[in-house]
Amino acid sequence: MAQRYEIRFSGAGGQGLITAGIILAEAASINEGKHAVQSQSYGPEARGGASKSEVIISDEPIDYPKATIVDACLAMTQESADKYANGIKSGGVLLIDSDFVKNVPAGDFRVVKIPIMRTAKDDVGREIVANVVALGAMIALTDVVSREAGEKAVLAKVPEAFLELNKKAYSIGFEKVKEALEG
Amino acid sequence: MAKKVALLQGNSACAYGALYAGCNFFGGYPITPSTEVAEVLSVELPKVGGKFIQMEDEIAAMASVIGAALAGQKALTATSGPGVSLKQELIGYACIAEVPCVIINVMRGGPSTGMPTGPGQSDVQQAKWGTHGDHPVIALVPSSVQEIFSETVRAFNLAEKYRMPVQVLYDEIVGHMRERIEFPEPGELEVINRTEPTVSPEDYKPFDPSFGDVPPLAAFGTDYRFHVTGLNKAADGFPTTKANLVDDEQRRQIRKVDGNQPDIELNEEYLTEDAEVIIFAYGSTARSARYAVNELRKEGVKVGLFRPITLWPFPEKRVAELAKQAKAIVVPELNLGQMILEVERVAKGTCDIVGINRVDGEPINPGQIIAQVKEVK
Repeated sequence: MAQRYEIRFSGAGGQGLITAGIILAEAASINEGKHAVQSQSYGPEARGGASKSEVIISDEPIDYPKATIVDACLAMTQESADKYANGIKSGGVLLIDSDFVKNVPAGDFRVVKIPIMRTAKDDVGREIVANVVALGAMIALTDVVSREAGEKAVLAKVPEAFLELNKKAYSIGFEKVKEALEG
Repeated sequence: MAKKVALLQGNSACAYGALYAGCNFFGGYPITPSTEVAEVLSVELPKVGGKFIQMEDEIAAMASVIGAALAGQKALTATSGPGVSLKQELIGYACIAEVPCVIINVMRGGPSTGMPTGPGQSDVQQAKWGTHGDHPVIALVPSSVQEIFSETVRAFNLAEKYRMPVQVLYDEIVGHMRERIEFPEPGELEVINRTEPTVSPEDYKPFDPSFGDVPPLAAFGTDYRFHVTGLNKAADGFPTTKANLVDDEQRRQIRKVDGNQPDIELNEEYLTEDAEVIIFAYGSTARSARYAVNELRKEGVKVGLFRPITLWPFPEKRVAELAKQAKAIVVPELNLGQMILEVERVAKGTCDIVGINRVDGEPINPGQIIAQVKEVK
Protein backbone atom coordinates (compact mmCIF):
# COMPACT_ATOMS: atom_id res chain seq x y z
CA MET A 1 0.00 0.00 0.00
CA ALA A 2 2.43 2.64 -1.14
CA GLN A 3 -0.31 4.99 -2.22
CA ARG A 4 -2.61 6.95 -0.01
CA TYR A 5 -5.80 5.26 1.09
CA GLU A 6 -8.65 7.50 2.22
CA ILE A 7 -11.40 6.47 4.61
CA ARG A 8 -14.36 8.56 5.71
CA PHE A 9 -16.55 7.74 8.71
CA SER A 10 -19.87 9.60 8.74
CA GLY A 11 -22.99 9.50 10.84
CA ALA A 12 -24.86 11.55 13.43
CA GLY A 13 -22.91 13.77 15.83
CA GLY A 14 -22.41 11.82 19.06
CA GLN A 15 -22.24 8.37 17.46
CA GLY A 16 -18.52 8.19 18.14
CA LEU A 17 -17.32 8.28 14.55
CA ILE A 18 -14.57 10.76 15.28
CA THR A 19 -13.29 8.35 17.91
CA ALA A 20 -13.51 5.53 15.36
CA GLY A 21 -11.35 7.58 13.00
CA ILE A 22 -8.80 8.31 15.70
CA ILE A 23 -8.59 4.62 16.64
CA LEU A 24 -8.02 3.64 13.01
CA ALA A 25 -5.31 6.28 12.63
CA GLU A 26 -3.66 4.99 15.82
CA ALA A 27 -3.85 1.39 14.56
CA ALA A 28 -2.10 2.42 11.35
CA SER A 29 0.47 4.88 12.69
CA ILE A 30 1.30 3.51 16.13
CA ASN A 31 0.70 -0.23 15.72
CA GLU A 32 1.72 -0.69 12.10
CA GLY A 33 4.22 2.14 11.66
CA LYS A 34 2.48 3.58 8.62
CA HIS A 35 1.76 7.23 8.03
CA ALA A 36 -1.72 8.41 9.00
CA VAL A 37 -3.54 11.72 9.26
CA GLN A 38 -6.93 12.09 10.92
CA SER A 39 -9.18 15.10 10.60
CA GLN A 40 -12.83 15.75 11.32
CA SER A 41 -15.78 18.03 10.79
CA TYR A 42 -15.56 20.81 13.30
CA GLY A 43 -17.74 23.55 14.71
CA PRO A 44 -21.46 24.04 14.10
CA GLU A 45 -21.56 21.25 11.53
CA ALA A 46 -20.25 18.79 14.12
CA ARG A 47 -23.06 19.46 16.62
CA GLY A 48 -26.07 17.29 15.96
CA GLY A 49 -26.80 16.60 12.32
CA ALA A 50 -24.20 14.87 10.23
CA SER A 51 -20.62 14.48 11.38
CA LYS A 52 -17.57 13.05 9.66
CA SER A 53 -14.06 11.94 10.40
CA GLU A 54 -11.46 11.27 7.72
CA VAL A 55 -8.36 9.11 7.92
CA ILE A 56 -5.65 8.99 5.30
CA ILE A 57 -3.19 6.11 5.50
CA SER A 58 -0.05 5.66 3.42
CA ASP A 59 3.39 4.07 3.43
CA GLU A 60 4.72 7.45 2.33
CA PRO A 61 4.55 10.75 4.27
CA ILE A 62 1.16 12.36 3.75
CA ASP A 63 1.15 15.87 2.34
CA TYR A 64 -2.42 17.01 1.73
CA PRO A 65 -4.28 16.09 4.93
CA LYS A 66 -7.85 16.15 3.59
CA ALA A 67 -9.65 13.63 1.42
CA THR A 68 -9.16 13.94 -2.33
CA ILE A 69 -11.00 10.86 -3.56
CA VAL A 70 -12.41 8.50 -0.97
CA ASP A 71 -11.56 4.78 -1.14
CA ALA A 72 -13.99 3.68 1.55
CA CYS A 73 -16.88 5.49 3.20
CA LEU A 74 -19.14 4.66 6.11
CA ALA A 75 -22.61 6.20 6.45
CA MET A 76 -24.57 5.46 9.63
CA THR A 77 -27.57 7.71 8.85
CA GLN A 78 -29.49 8.91 5.82
CA GLU A 79 -28.41 12.50 6.41
CA SER A 80 -24.73 11.56 6.55
CA ALA A 81 -25.13 9.39 3.44
CA ASP A 82 -26.69 12.31 1.57
CA LYS A 83 -24.05 14.78 2.76
CA TYR A 84 -20.85 12.76 2.88
CA ALA A 85 -21.19 9.62 0.72
CA ASN A 86 -19.77 11.46 -2.27
CA GLY A 87 -16.39 11.71 -3.91
CA ILE A 88 -16.07 7.94 -3.58
CA LYS A 89 -13.54 6.46 -5.95
CA SER A 90 -14.64 4.34 -8.87
CA GLY A 91 -14.31 0.78 -7.56
CA GLY A 92 -14.40 2.03 -3.97
CA VAL A 93 -16.73 0.87 -1.25
CA LEU A 94 -19.59 2.30 0.79
CA LEU A 95 -20.70 0.67 4.05
CA ILE A 96 -24.16 1.68 5.25
CA ASP A 97 -26.30 0.98 8.26
CA SER A 98 -29.07 -0.73 6.34
CA ASP A 99 -31.74 0.14 8.95
CA PHE A 100 -31.17 3.86 8.55
CA VAL A 101 -29.90 4.45 5.02
CA LYS A 102 -32.84 3.56 2.80
CA ASN A 103 -32.02 5.84 -0.08
CA VAL A 104 -28.62 4.46 -1.08
CA PRO A 105 -26.39 6.93 -2.93
CA ALA A 106 -25.70 5.77 -6.46
CA GLY A 107 -22.24 5.53 -7.94
CA ASP A 108 -19.60 3.28 -9.39
CA PHE A 109 -18.73 1.68 -6.05
CA ARG A 110 -19.70 -1.39 -4.09
CA VAL A 111 -22.30 -0.99 -1.36
CA VAL A 112 -22.17 -3.23 1.69
CA LYS A 113 -25.24 -3.22 3.93
CA ILE A 114 -25.15 -4.12 7.62
CA PRO A 115 -27.61 -3.12 10.39
CA ILE A 116 -24.84 -1.62 12.50
CA MET A 117 -26.87 -0.04 15.32
CA ARG A 118 -29.08 -3.15 15.62
CA THR A 119 -26.02 -5.37 15.74
CA ALA A 120 -24.56 -3.26 18.53
CA LYS A 121 -27.81 -3.40 20.49
CA ASP A 122 -28.85 -7.02 19.94
CA ASP A 123 -25.63 -8.93 19.32
CA VAL A 124 -23.18 -6.96 21.47
CA GLY A 125 -25.64 -5.66 24.03
CA ARG A 126 -25.03 -1.89 23.97
CA GLU A 127 -25.90 0.63 21.26
CA ILE A 128 -23.07 2.86 22.45
CA VAL A 129 -20.46 0.58 20.88
CA ALA A 130 -21.95 0.94 17.38
CA ASN A 131 -18.86 2.95 16.41
CA VAL A 132 -16.60 0.06 17.32
CA VAL A 133 -18.84 -2.38 15.43
CA ALA A 134 -18.53 -0.02 12.46
CA LEU A 135 -14.75 0.20 12.89
CA GLY A 136 -14.41 -3.60 12.91
CA ALA A 137 -16.57 -3.74 9.82
CA MET A 138 -14.56 -1.07 7.98
CA ILE A 139 -11.27 -2.80 8.76
CA ALA A 140 -12.62 -6.14 7.54
CA LEU A 141 -13.88 -4.42 4.41
CA THR A 142 -10.77 -2.46 3.54
CA ASP A 143 -7.92 -4.52 5.01
CA VAL A 144 -6.20 -1.19 5.52
CA VAL A 145 -4.74 -2.39 8.82
CA SER A 146 -4.61 -5.92 10.23
CA ARG A 147 -7.44 -7.23 12.39
CA GLU A 148 -5.00 -7.44 15.32
CA ALA A 149 -3.66 -3.89 14.91
CA GLY A 150 -7.24 -2.59 14.92
CA GLU A 151 -8.20 -4.55 18.00
CA LYS A 152 -5.07 -3.45 19.85
CA ALA A 153 -5.88 0.19 19.11
CA VAL A 154 -9.48 -0.24 20.30
CA LEU A 155 -8.38 -1.81 23.56
CA ALA A 156 -5.77 0.89 24.14
CA LYS A 157 -8.47 3.53 23.86
CA VAL A 158 -11.29 2.28 26.09
CA PRO A 159 -11.59 2.23 29.89
CA GLU A 160 -10.76 -1.09 31.53
CA ALA A 161 -14.32 -1.83 32.58
CA PHE A 162 -15.39 -1.83 28.94
CA LEU A 163 -12.58 -3.87 27.40
CA GLU A 164 -14.63 -7.02 26.87
CA LEU A 165 -17.62 -5.13 25.53
CA ASN A 166 -15.50 -3.32 22.95
CA LYS A 167 -13.54 -6.41 22.04
CA LYS A 168 -16.84 -8.17 21.33
CA ALA A 169 -18.16 -5.19 19.36
CA TYR A 170 -15.03 -5.05 17.21
CA SER A 171 -15.04 -8.77 16.58
CA ILE A 172 -18.73 -8.93 15.67
CA GLY A 173 -18.39 -5.97 13.32
CA PHE A 174 -15.45 -7.64 11.64
CA GLU A 175 -17.27 -10.97 11.28
CA LYS A 176 -20.46 -9.38 9.97
CA VAL A 177 -18.59 -7.98 7.00
CA LYS A 178 -16.85 -11.27 6.32
CA GLU A 179 -20.29 -12.96 6.27
CA ALA A 180 -21.75 -10.24 4.06
CA LEU A 181 -18.89 -10.57 1.60
CA GLU A 182 -19.15 -14.35 1.46
CA GLY A 183 -22.97 -14.40 1.39
CA MET B 1 15.00 2.29 23.70
CA ALA B 2 12.28 3.09 21.24
CA LYS B 3 11.04 6.65 21.36
CA LYS B 4 7.67 7.45 22.80
CA VAL B 5 5.19 7.94 19.97
CA ALA B 6 1.57 9.09 19.90
CA LEU B 7 -1.12 10.17 17.53
CA LEU B 8 -1.53 13.79 18.50
CA GLN B 9 -3.48 16.85 17.46
CA GLY B 10 -1.40 19.86 16.41
CA ASN B 11 -2.59 21.92 19.37
CA SER B 12 -1.61 19.16 21.81
CA ALA B 13 1.83 18.97 20.19
CA CYS B 14 2.19 22.70 20.83
CA ALA B 15 1.45 22.18 24.51
CA TYR B 16 3.94 19.31 24.81
CA GLY B 17 6.54 21.27 22.87
CA ALA B 18 6.13 24.14 25.33
CA LEU B 19 6.63 21.76 28.26
CA TYR B 20 9.74 20.32 26.59
CA ALA B 21 11.12 23.86 26.28
CA GLY B 22 10.62 24.39 30.00
CA CYS B 23 7.46 26.47 29.84
CA ASN B 24 6.19 26.87 33.39
CA PHE B 25 3.51 29.52 32.97
CA PHE B 26 0.45 29.74 30.73
CA GLY B 27 -1.92 32.68 30.89
CA GLY B 28 -4.72 32.54 28.40
CA TYR B 29 -8.30 32.96 27.48
CA PRO B 30 -9.76 30.08 25.48
CA ILE B 31 -10.65 30.76 21.87
CA THR B 32 -11.38 28.51 18.91
CA PRO B 33 -9.38 27.02 17.24
CA SER B 34 -6.58 27.26 19.83
CA THR B 35 -8.38 26.01 22.94
CA GLU B 36 -6.74 22.57 23.11
CA VAL B 37 -3.37 24.21 23.80
CA ALA B 38 -4.81 25.64 27.01
CA GLU B 39 -6.75 22.45 27.74
CA VAL B 40 -3.65 20.25 27.67
CA LEU B 41 -1.52 22.72 29.64
CA SER B 42 -4.21 23.09 32.31
CA VAL B 43 -3.72 19.39 33.00
CA GLU B 44 0.03 19.12 32.45
CA LEU B 45 1.50 22.33 33.92
CA PRO B 46 0.48 21.63 37.53
CA LYS B 47 2.17 18.22 37.27
CA VAL B 48 5.55 19.91 36.68
CA GLY B 49 5.06 22.67 39.22
CA GLY B 50 4.00 25.21 36.62
CA LYS B 51 1.11 27.65 36.76
CA PHE B 52 -1.95 27.75 34.52
CA ILE B 53 -4.20 30.77 34.74
CA GLN B 54 -7.34 31.41 32.74
CA MET B 55 -7.58 35.20 32.77
CA GLU B 56 -10.65 37.37 32.29
CA ASP B 57 -9.79 38.16 28.68
CA GLU B 58 -7.03 38.04 26.08
CA ILE B 59 -5.52 41.37 27.13
CA ALA B 60 -5.12 40.30 30.73
CA ALA B 61 -3.73 36.99 29.51
CA MET B 62 -0.94 38.79 27.66
CA ALA B 63 -0.28 41.00 30.69
CA SER B 64 0.03 37.91 32.89
CA VAL B 65 2.51 36.39 30.46
CA ILE B 66 4.68 39.53 30.56
CA GLY B 67 4.56 39.59 34.35
CA ALA B 68 5.46 35.93 34.63
CA ALA B 69 8.30 36.29 32.12
CA LEU B 70 9.78 39.22 34.04
CA ALA B 71 9.61 37.11 37.17
CA GLY B 72 11.92 34.63 35.47
CA GLN B 73 9.36 32.17 34.09
CA LYS B 74 9.08 30.77 30.58
CA ALA B 75 5.65 32.03 29.67
CA LEU B 76 3.18 31.19 26.94
CA THR B 77 -0.21 32.28 25.72
CA ALA B 78 -2.29 30.78 22.92
CA THR B 79 -5.08 32.43 21.03
CA SER B 80 -6.49 33.13 17.58
CA GLY B 81 -6.75 36.26 15.41
CA PRO B 82 -9.31 38.14 17.54
CA GLY B 83 -7.19 37.49 20.63
CA VAL B 84 -4.01 38.60 18.90
CA SER B 85 -5.75 41.84 17.92
CA LEU B 86 -6.60 42.47 21.57
CA LYS B 87 -3.07 41.66 22.69
CA GLN B 88 -1.35 44.09 20.31
CA GLU B 89 -0.75 46.90 22.77
CA LEU B 90 0.90 44.50 25.20
CA ILE B 91 2.87 42.77 22.46
CA GLY B 92 4.34 46.21 21.76
CA TYR B 93 5.08 46.55 25.45
CA ALA B 94 6.85 43.17 25.47
CA CYS B 95 8.89 44.36 22.47
CA ILE B 96 10.07 47.64 23.98
CA ALA B 97 10.57 46.18 27.46
CA GLU B 98 12.39 43.23 25.83
CA VAL B 99 10.41 40.52 27.57
CA PRO B 100 10.96 36.95 26.36
CA CYS B 101 7.64 35.18 25.82
CA VAL B 102 5.80 33.07 23.25
CA ILE B 103 2.46 33.79 21.61
CA ILE B 104 0.64 31.06 19.69
CA ASN B 105 -1.84 32.17 17.04
CA VAL B 106 -3.97 29.34 15.64
CA MET B 107 -5.31 31.15 12.62
CA ARG B 108 -8.94 31.29 11.54
CA GLY B 109 -10.63 33.70 9.15
CA GLY B 110 -11.25 37.37 9.93
CA PRO B 111 -11.51 40.28 10.46
CA SER B 112 -13.27 40.45 13.84
CA THR B 113 -15.06 37.25 14.81
CA GLY B 114 -14.92 36.04 11.20
CA MET B 115 -15.45 32.30 10.85
CA PRO B 116 -14.21 30.79 14.12
CA THR B 117 -14.15 27.17 12.95
CA GLY B 118 -12.64 27.69 9.51
CA PRO B 119 -8.92 27.81 8.71
CA GLY B 120 -7.17 31.01 7.66
CA GLN B 121 -3.71 32.46 7.08
CA SER B 122 -4.79 36.06 7.21
CA ASP B 123 -2.80 37.10 10.29
CA VAL B 124 0.65 36.73 8.74
CA GLN B 125 1.13 40.44 8.08
CA GLN B 126 -0.45 41.28 11.43
CA ALA B 127 2.37 39.29 13.03
CA LYS B 128 4.79 41.80 11.50
CA TRP B 129 2.86 45.04 11.68
CA GLY B 130 0.15 44.44 14.29
CA THR B 131 1.56 46.63 17.02
CA HIS B 132 2.70 50.16 16.30
CA GLY B 133 6.23 51.44 16.09
CA ASP B 134 9.43 49.90 14.79
CA HIS B 135 10.15 46.69 16.60
CA PRO B 136 11.86 43.37 15.92
CA VAL B 137 9.59 40.48 14.92
CA ILE B 138 10.12 36.74 14.86
CA ALA B 139 7.25 34.58 13.60
CA LEU B 140 7.37 30.83 12.91
CA VAL B 141 4.93 28.89 10.72
CA PRO B 142 5.02 25.10 11.23
CA SER B 143 3.10 22.84 8.87
CA SER B 144 2.91 19.47 10.63
CA VAL B 145 2.15 18.14 14.09
CA GLN B 146 5.78 17.14 14.66
CA GLU B 147 6.92 20.55 13.49
CA ILE B 148 4.48 22.36 15.79
CA PHE B 149 6.25 20.59 18.65
CA SER B 150 9.75 21.48 17.48
CA GLU B 151 8.89 25.04 16.42
CA THR B 152 7.28 25.74 19.79
CA VAL B 153 10.57 24.68 21.38
CA ARG B 154 12.46 26.89 18.92
CA ALA B 155 10.11 29.81 19.65
CA PHE B 156 11.01 29.64 23.33
CA ASN B 157 14.70 29.38 22.45
CA LEU B 158 14.58 32.45 20.21
CA ALA B 159 12.53 34.39 22.75
CA GLU B 160 15.05 33.60 25.48
CA LYS B 161 18.11 34.12 23.31
CA TYR B 162 17.02 37.46 21.87
CA ARG B 163 14.91 38.60 24.84
CA MET B 164 11.78 39.36 22.88
CA PRO B 165 8.28 38.04 22.14
CA VAL B 166 8.12 35.32 19.46
CA GLN B 167 4.96 34.33 17.63
CA VAL B 168 4.07 30.90 16.27
CA LEU B 169 1.31 30.92 13.67
CA TYR B 170 -0.40 27.87 12.26
CA ASP B 171 -3.81 27.47 10.69
CA GLU B 172 -6.77 25.53 12.03
CA ILE B 173 -6.09 22.63 9.66
CA VAL B 174 -2.65 21.93 11.12
CA GLY B 175 -3.87 22.77 14.63
CA HIS B 176 -6.67 20.24 14.61
CA MET B 177 -5.42 17.37 12.50
CA ARG B 178 -3.87 14.35 14.17
CA GLU B 179 -0.58 12.80 13.09
CA ARG B 180 2.00 10.52 14.59
CA ILE B 181 4.59 12.31 16.62
CA GLU B 182 7.86 11.04 18.04
CA PHE B 183 8.62 12.75 21.32
CA PRO B 184 12.23 13.90 21.37
CA GLU B 185 14.24 12.64 24.33
CA PRO B 186 15.36 15.24 26.88
CA GLY B 187 18.50 16.84 25.50
CA GLU B 188 17.75 15.86 21.93
CA LEU B 189 16.47 19.33 21.04
CA GLU B 190 18.41 22.31 22.25
CA VAL B 191 16.74 24.27 25.07
CA ILE B 192 18.03 27.80 25.61
CA ASN B 193 17.48 29.91 28.69
CA ARG B 194 17.94 33.66 28.96
CA THR B 195 21.28 35.12 29.99
CA GLU B 196 21.15 36.30 33.58
CA PRO B 197 23.27 39.11 34.96
CA THR B 198 26.69 38.39 36.40
CA VAL B 199 27.11 41.87 37.89
CA SER B 200 25.99 42.65 41.42
CA PRO B 201 22.41 43.87 41.95
CA GLU B 202 23.75 47.38 42.68
CA ASP B 203 25.52 47.54 39.33
CA TYR B 204 22.76 45.92 37.26
CA LYS B 205 21.24 47.86 34.37
CA PRO B 206 18.47 45.95 32.56
CA PHE B 207 19.20 47.48 29.13
CA ASP B 208 22.93 47.96 29.28
CA PRO B 209 24.23 47.88 25.68
CA SER B 210 27.78 47.25 26.84
CA PHE B 211 26.71 43.60 27.15
CA GLY B 212 25.84 43.50 23.45
CA ASP B 213 22.55 43.80 21.63
CA VAL B 214 20.82 41.44 24.09
CA PRO B 215 21.45 42.67 27.64
CA PRO B 216 21.12 40.07 30.44
CA LEU B 217 17.73 39.91 32.13
CA ALA B 218 17.33 39.52 35.87
CA ALA B 219 14.19 38.08 37.44
CA PHE B 220 11.83 40.07 39.60
CA GLY B 221 11.62 38.56 43.02
CA THR B 222 15.39 38.10 43.26
CA ASP B 223 17.88 40.63 44.66
CA TYR B 224 17.84 42.50 41.38
CA ARG B 225 15.46 45.47 41.33
CA PHE B 226 14.89 47.35 38.13
CA HIS B 227 12.46 49.59 36.31
CA VAL B 228 10.32 48.49 33.36
CA THR B 229 8.35 50.93 31.24
CA GLY B 230 6.74 51.25 27.85
CA LEU B 231 8.56 54.53 27.31
CA ASN B 232 11.84 54.71 25.45
CA LYS B 233 14.39 54.12 28.12
CA ALA B 234 18.04 54.46 29.01
CA ALA B 235 20.29 51.59 30.04
CA ASP B 236 18.98 51.75 33.62
CA GLY B 237 15.40 51.23 32.46
CA PHE B 238 14.19 54.73 33.32
CA PRO B 239 12.52 56.89 30.63
CA THR B 240 14.61 59.15 28.49
CA THR B 241 14.04 61.59 25.64
CA LYS B 242 17.74 62.01 24.85
CA ALA B 243 17.90 61.73 21.09
CA ASN B 244 21.02 59.59 20.90
CA LEU B 245 19.84 57.18 23.59
CA VAL B 246 16.42 56.73 21.99
CA ASP B 247 17.98 56.22 18.57
CA ASP B 248 20.58 53.76 19.89
CA GLU B 249 17.98 51.78 21.78
CA GLN B 250 15.61 51.43 18.85
CA ARG B 251 18.34 50.46 16.43
CA ARG B 252 19.77 47.96 18.88
CA GLN B 253 16.41 46.24 19.20
CA ILE B 254 15.97 45.94 15.44
CA ARG B 255 19.56 44.66 15.19
CA LYS B 256 18.71 41.73 17.49
CA VAL B 257 16.80 40.19 14.59
CA ASP B 258 18.31 41.81 11.50
CA GLY B 259 21.84 41.11 12.70
CA ASN B 260 21.09 37.48 13.46
CA GLN B 261 18.92 36.42 10.53
CA PRO B 262 21.04 33.35 9.62
CA ASP B 263 20.50 32.04 13.15
CA ILE B 264 16.76 32.72 13.06
CA GLU B 265 15.88 31.85 9.47
CA LEU B 266 14.71 28.32 8.69
CA ASN B 267 13.34 27.16 5.34
CA GLU B 268 12.67 23.89 3.59
CA GLU B 269 13.25 23.48 -0.11
CA TYR B 270 11.85 20.60 -2.13
CA LEU B 271 13.03 19.99 -5.70
CA THR B 272 13.91 23.64 -6.20
CA GLU B 273 17.33 22.95 -7.74
CA ASP B 274 16.19 22.79 -11.37
CA ALA B 275 12.75 24.33 -10.87
CA GLU B 276 11.37 26.73 -13.45
CA VAL B 277 8.32 27.36 -11.33
CA ILE B 278 8.63 27.82 -7.56
CA ILE B 279 5.71 27.51 -5.20
CA PHE B 280 6.13 29.70 -2.11
CA ALA B 281 3.86 28.22 0.56
CA TYR B 282 3.68 27.87 4.34
CA GLY B 283 1.51 26.09 6.92
CA SER B 284 -1.20 23.72 5.66
CA THR B 285 -1.01 25.30 2.22
CA ALA B 286 2.55 24.02 1.86
CA ARG B 287 1.23 20.48 2.28
CA SER B 288 -1.11 20.96 -0.69
CA ALA B 289 1.81 22.48 -2.60
CA ARG B 290 4.10 19.53 -1.93
CA TYR B 291 1.38 17.16 -3.13
CA ALA B 292 1.07 19.30 -6.27
CA VAL B 293 4.83 19.26 -6.83
CA ASN B 294 4.89 15.46 -6.71
CA GLU B 295 2.02 15.18 -9.18
CA LEU B 296 3.50 17.76 -11.56
CA ARG B 297 6.95 16.17 -11.46
CA LYS B 298 5.38 12.91 -12.67
CA GLU B 299 4.32 14.87 -15.76
CA GLY B 300 7.82 16.27 -16.16
CA VAL B 301 7.01 19.79 -14.98
CA LYS B 302 10.05 21.39 -13.38
CA VAL B 303 8.46 22.76 -10.25
CA GLY B 304 9.69 23.02 -6.68
CA LEU B 305 8.54 24.17 -3.26
CA PHE B 306 10.05 26.85 -1.08
CA ARG B 307 8.58 26.61 2.40
CA PRO B 308 9.50 29.23 4.99
CA ILE B 309 9.38 27.86 8.54
CA THR B 310 10.56 31.20 9.86
CA LEU B 311 8.19 33.63 8.16
CA TRP B 312 9.54 36.76 9.87
CA PRO B 313 12.23 37.89 9.38
CA PHE B 314 11.37 37.24 5.74
CA PRO B 315 13.88 35.02 3.88
CA GLU B 316 14.78 37.84 1.50
CA LYS B 317 18.07 36.59 0.18
CA ARG B 318 16.96 33.12 -0.83
CA VAL B 319 13.64 34.23 -2.30
CA ALA B 320 15.48 36.84 -4.40
CA GLU B 321 17.81 34.10 -5.71
CA LEU B 322 14.91 31.83 -6.56
CA ALA B 323 13.13 34.69 -8.30
CA LYS B 324 16.15 35.08 -10.60
CA GLN B 325 16.25 31.34 -11.27
CA ALA B 326 12.53 30.80 -11.90
CA LYS B 327 10.18 31.88 -14.62
CA ALA B 328 7.43 32.28 -12.09
CA ILE B 329 6.64 32.03 -8.40
CA VAL B 330 3.18 30.85 -7.36
CA VAL B 331 2.02 31.92 -3.90
CA PRO B 332 -1.01 30.03 -2.54
CA GLU B 333 -2.40 31.52 0.68
CA LEU B 334 -5.55 31.25 2.77
CA ASN B 335 -5.93 35.02 2.58
CA LEU B 336 -6.40 37.56 -0.19
CA GLY B 337 -2.70 38.06 -0.87
CA GLN B 338 -0.40 38.88 2.05
CA MET B 339 3.00 37.19 1.83
CA ILE B 340 2.89 37.59 -1.95
CA LEU B 341 3.63 41.26 -1.26
CA GLU B 342 6.94 40.29 0.33
CA VAL B 343 7.77 37.91 -2.52
CA GLU B 344 7.08 40.73 -5.00
CA ARG B 345 9.15 43.16 -2.95
CA VAL B 346 12.26 41.01 -2.93
CA ALA B 347 11.84 39.60 -6.48
CA LYS B 348 12.02 43.15 -7.84
CA GLY B 349 10.27 42.18 -11.05
CA THR B 350 12.70 39.41 -12.01
CA CYS B 351 9.94 36.83 -12.56
CA ASP B 352 6.18 36.49 -12.79
CA ILE B 353 4.43 36.19 -9.45
CA VAL B 354 0.93 34.78 -9.21
CA GLY B 355 -1.25 34.25 -6.14
CA ILE B 356 -3.84 31.59 -5.38
CA ASN B 357 -6.17 32.85 -2.70
CA ARG B 358 -8.98 31.34 -0.74
CA VAL B 359 -10.98 32.76 2.16
CA ASP B 360 -14.12 30.59 2.12
CA GLY B 361 -13.07 28.36 5.01
CA GLU B 362 -11.92 25.57 2.70
CA PRO B 363 -8.30 24.52 2.15
CA ILE B 364 -6.47 25.26 -1.10
CA ASN B 365 -6.46 21.80 -2.68
CA PRO B 366 -3.59 20.42 -4.75
CA GLY B 367 -5.71 20.57 -7.93
CA GLN B 368 -5.92 24.37 -7.74
CA ILE B 369 -2.15 24.64 -7.43
CA ILE B 370 -1.52 22.15 -10.24
CA ALA B 371 -3.79 24.13 -12.57
CA GLN B 372 -2.10 27.43 -11.71
CA VAL B 373 1.42 26.06 -12.19
CA LYS B 374 0.47 24.70 -15.62
CA GLU B 375 -0.88 28.09 -16.56
CA VAL B 376 2.28 30.01 -15.66
CA LYS B 377 4.89 27.56 -16.93
